[in-house]
Amino acid sequence: MEYDVVIVGAGPAGLSTAIRLRQLAIENNLELTVCVLEKGSEVGAHILSGAVFEPRALNELIPDWQEKDAPLNTAVGQDEVYFFTKPDKAYKIPDLFVPKPMHNKGNYIVSLGNVCRWLAEQAEELGVDVFPGFPAADIIIDDDNIVRGVITGDMGVSKEGNEKDNYEAGMELVGKYTIFAEGCRGHLGKRLFEKYELNKESDPQHYGLGIKELWDISADKHKPGLVIHGTGWPLNETGTNGGFFLYHLENNQVSVGLITDLNYSNPFINPYEEFQRFKHHPLIKQYLSGGRRVSYGARAISKGGYYSLPKMVMPGAIMVGCDAGTLNFAKIKGSHTAMKSGMLAAETIVDAFAKGDEGGQLLTDYVEKFNNSWLHEELYSSRNFGSAIHKWGPYIGGGFNYLDQNWFGGKLPVTLRDQSKDHQLIKNKDDCDKINYPKPDGEISFDLLSSVFLSSTNHEEDQPCHLTLKDNNVPISTNLKYYDAPEQRYCPAGVYEVIVGEKGEEQLQINAQNCLHCKTCDIKDPSQNINWKTPEGGGGPNYPNM
Amino acid sequence: MIILVAIKRVVDYNVRVRPTTDQSGVEISNAKMSMNPFDEIAVEEAIRLKEAGIASEVVVASFGVKQCQETIRTALAMGADRGVHVETEVELQPLAVAKLLKTIVDKEKPGMVILGKQAIDDDANQTGQMLASLLNWGQGTFACNVKVDSDKVIVSREIDGGTQTLSLKLPAVITTDLRLNEPRYAKLPDIMKAKKKPLETLTPEDLDIDVSPRLKILKVSEPPKREAGVMVADVTELLDKLRNEAKVI
Amino acid sequence: MSVLVIADHNNESLNVATLSAITAANKLSDEVEVFVAGNNCKDVANTASKIQGVSRVLLCESEVCVTQLAENIAPLIYQLADKYSHLLSAATTTGKNLMPRVAALLDVAQISDIIDIESEDTFKRPIYAGNVIATVQSTDIKKVITVRSTAFATASSTDTAVSIETVAAPVDNGLSCFVSEELTKSERPELAAADVVISGGRGLGNKENFKLIEDLADCLGAAIGASRAAVDAGFVPNDYQVGQTGKIVAPKLYIAVGISGAIQHLAGMKDSQVIVAINKDAEAPIFQVTDYGIVGDLFKIVPELIEALNS
Repeated sequence: MEYDVVIVGAGPAGLSTAIRLRQLAIENNLELTVCVLEKGSEVGAHILSGAVFEPRALNELIPDWQEKDAPLNTAVGQDEVYFFTKPDKAYKIPDLFVPKPMHNKGNYIVSLGNVCRWLAEQAEELGVDVFPGFPAADIIIDDDNIVRGVITGDMGVSKEGNEKDNYEAGMELVGKYTIFAEGCRGHLGKRLFEKYELNKESDPQHYGLGIKELWDISADKHKPGLVIHGTGWPLNETGTNGGFFLYHLENNQVSVGLITDLNYSNPFINPYEEFQRFKHHPLIKQYLSGGRRVSYGARAISKGGYYSLPKMVMPGAIMVGCDAGTLNFAKIKGSHTAMKSGMLAAETIVDAFAKGDEGGQLLTDYVEKFNNSWLHEELYSSRNFGSAIHKWGPYIGGGFNYLDQNWFGGKLPVTLRDQSKDHQLIKNKDDCDKINYPKPDGEISFDLLSSVFLSSTNHEEDQPCHLTLKDNNVPISTNLKYYDAPEQRYCPAGVYEVIVGEKGEEQLQINAQNCLHCKTCDIKDPSQNINWKTPEGGGGPNYPNM
Repeated sequence: MIILVAIKRVVDYNVRVRPTTDQSGVEISNAKMSMNPFDEIAVEEAIRLKEAGIASEVVVASFGVKQCQETIRTALAMGADRGVHVETEVELQPLAVAKLLKTIVDKEKPGMVILGKQAIDDDANQTGQMLASLLNWGQGTFACNVKVDSDKVIVSREIDGGTQTLSLKLPAVITTDLRLNEPRYAKLPDIMKAKKKPLETLTPEDLDIDVSPRLKILKVSEPPKREAGVMVADVTELLDKLRNEAKVI
Repeated sequence: MSVLVIADHNNESLNVATLSAITAANKLSDEVEVFVAGNNCKDVANTASKIQGVSRVLLCESEVCVTQLAENIAPLIYQLADKYSHLLSAATTTGKNLMPRVAALLDVAQISDIIDIESEDTFKRPIYAGNVIATVQSTDIKKVITVRSTAFATASSTDTAVSIETVAAPVDNGLSCFVSEELTKSERPELAAADVVISGGRGLGNKENFKLIEDLADCLGAAIGASRAAVDAGFVPNDYQVGQTGKIVAPKLYIAVGISGAIQHLAGMKDSQVIVAINKDAEAPIFQVTDYGIVGDLFKIVPELIEALNS
């Protein structure tokens, strides 16, 4: 099938691109067909974010979003930032000293999944074809190295790779332009990075793993609009960076999460267990106790920021949002920037079409539009935020950020670059202490599999494993030997297990059905031996309000 | 012969449901909704009968909220020809659905009605049998094999402990079990085509059917948690408990 | 008013599930009558007449009833229904096939698969595959009900028999006719319908060791299940899997061998009446839901169990 623009991924970036394209087409009376492919079973099924949402991009995209019932229901009220010094102690950072980008006045606490569901409705009303359940499995690149579209995944292939009775071959979706908006560590994006050397001139991307739960809490503890952020314990016990959030949404619900930076070095770190014990901090526990956990999920985030931003244009394609890495780490927000990056892509493409462009061009105009936008300004002013913390830790790095952001508006003439790659920073197991995590109590903290259960994740059982290994020996001969197989711990879904076979030999068991599509294994595997591919369409989590 | 297929929009089978905090119902806000898996098998069977030249047209009907139309479109994308939607906000129960279906049968005069044996939300397992009763037709419930033989249909049914084969006079009602077939995936171009296939919208009032519920849901709760029992020392003690205390062997 | 229980039988013996339906019926009324429709099925009627709590048996013997086609039996029950407040059947495939047909004739709702009775019009029943329990109240004058047999004890037999009255045979309406029936010959019942299920997990170590599970299942006439871990490890095919996308089972006795008890597995078997677990790890989550647990080496315990059962 042919479209003028084929968009991969129905997240904030992809849907904003689609909406803006159709809006401009209608305004300018242009024929312009747009489709959006989404690997989740429905729009929103794979979306997971905190989320405090800054409406700046949405105000531009759909100014009357309020009349159109956008699910931005809870305005941020109180905004608190803490440093957890000990398992039972917290230091509240006075408002004055909180770096400015972390202030949330005018923002909304949302379920980003629900925002995306709403955006998809808006897109469809404008004539966009949205295809959930159809992953883009491959890229069509012609002999001139021009991106011509994507191929959807085959359906009905057995574990052994044979065609089953209900086999349907993937379809070519040819576009004059293709937009890659897969989110953090997109599997096609990863290939484009290599093919077009997109990050040749930028720093490596840096990542965090966000794990989140949604809780029903008792009404008397619920403070709609309260936003709590912080850092410190328990991650600081292992010198790991990261931060936490707890947001009071509507309907007596809170969303609570911990982001563990994936540049951690101790292979025994288990982000899931860190999150579970974090919830026992009295400041968090006070809200959760007596409540009921209703959902669980995890997703990696690209947090490298400005210096990690790759080249976003290729012949025939633009990469937008977290696929490229447009998240503003100082604000810990990526939705508004992702949306804006997509809207700029739409404007670039419509301009090109208006000039008679037939597609397949390298849209360098996008770079100019990007550089002249508030998006660039925002990312530039936060450019040192993440590196400062990576370099100096949360105390001094945090202090630098306070000065840089609050006193100099991000204009301190300093350039902090971070050339390290997250997966290379993991240390040999013999150089690190094992970590004994407390047992879950079944009220505040839970075992892993009962958590995965709440994500409603599933994959058709009889299909090829979508978590592929470049070398089948590496998990044992390298990862287990030197790093005690860290995939057993960093995977927040229990996908990877080292088991002992019949003859006492160790082997890696991959429970691909559990996968939450967070991409952490693709990122953190010390040998870069795990390659995440799209499973059969519709597989993966089914998040309702995440 | 026209085949009529009834389909229901339900919470997707992968979604974990739970009671709402006030126990008045099930928490399904923003949960993924899908076609009832048994109904998907029904649609598949009807399409196969059409492909085999036995059916001339496959009509799908769904009952309930506006979004049921999405479910009908899914069936149309699989290959059904047209849809009928009876729109209502009332929580429909099997007897009401059977009555609504009967009015559609009276109008469309299908040679066969195929439905899922039960919906995975209310697990009632009633609608097909009730419809057959109201129409005074034969019923082939829990079908694992369907073969049309001139004016009869031979249906193999999954029964406790095995299978039973019946011969039904047509027209007849068939309800599907899991092993009947493996539904196909809709293709992208067919999803586009499905948007243009005819879909008629009616209301229970148009059909003059009283759909008010006969069962009141007083409360919805989580199943009681199992308490951990006792640890036994050995096989002898275990067998003693199973024989004399639990009385299960 | 009295309650009528429709017997599930094969013309030779009464299905035990009906005994549970009779227990449920006795919670609704002291006057419980049992209807047996079939052919040459006096034995069934005689058995029914000696069950505790049954006050009368109605018997309809006819060639038309021999295979209990719903099309012919439903009108017959409809004719009898006048004097009963409730019509019950076990939620077997026979009961599930028949009762909605009766309910529609009576223009009443059916209450399917009840697991508890709160009052004469209020019942508990599982919905969403047992993940949620609904308490429902019927507003109809008559209640047509199917009963989940594992939720009610089986009524016991007595020495005294109540009267058996004959009901006139129905006319064959010719809508359907019986062709054949194939009951699974092997001693091994279907996983979803079995009274006893033995499930094996990764603790068995390999495919060959799974034979232990088969041997134990043979002793008890049980179906065989498996945890996802065992399926993933290739010990047994997919269709053995209990839980999540696999089957939900609710047998009378469930024995989990070498299964740690992932939540998906627990969700698939927690409705079983009695759960036994054999596992070497005393901390395994499976023990949180078991009625009887043994901590120890399954390769020692299971053979012991087989031996004890065989002797």
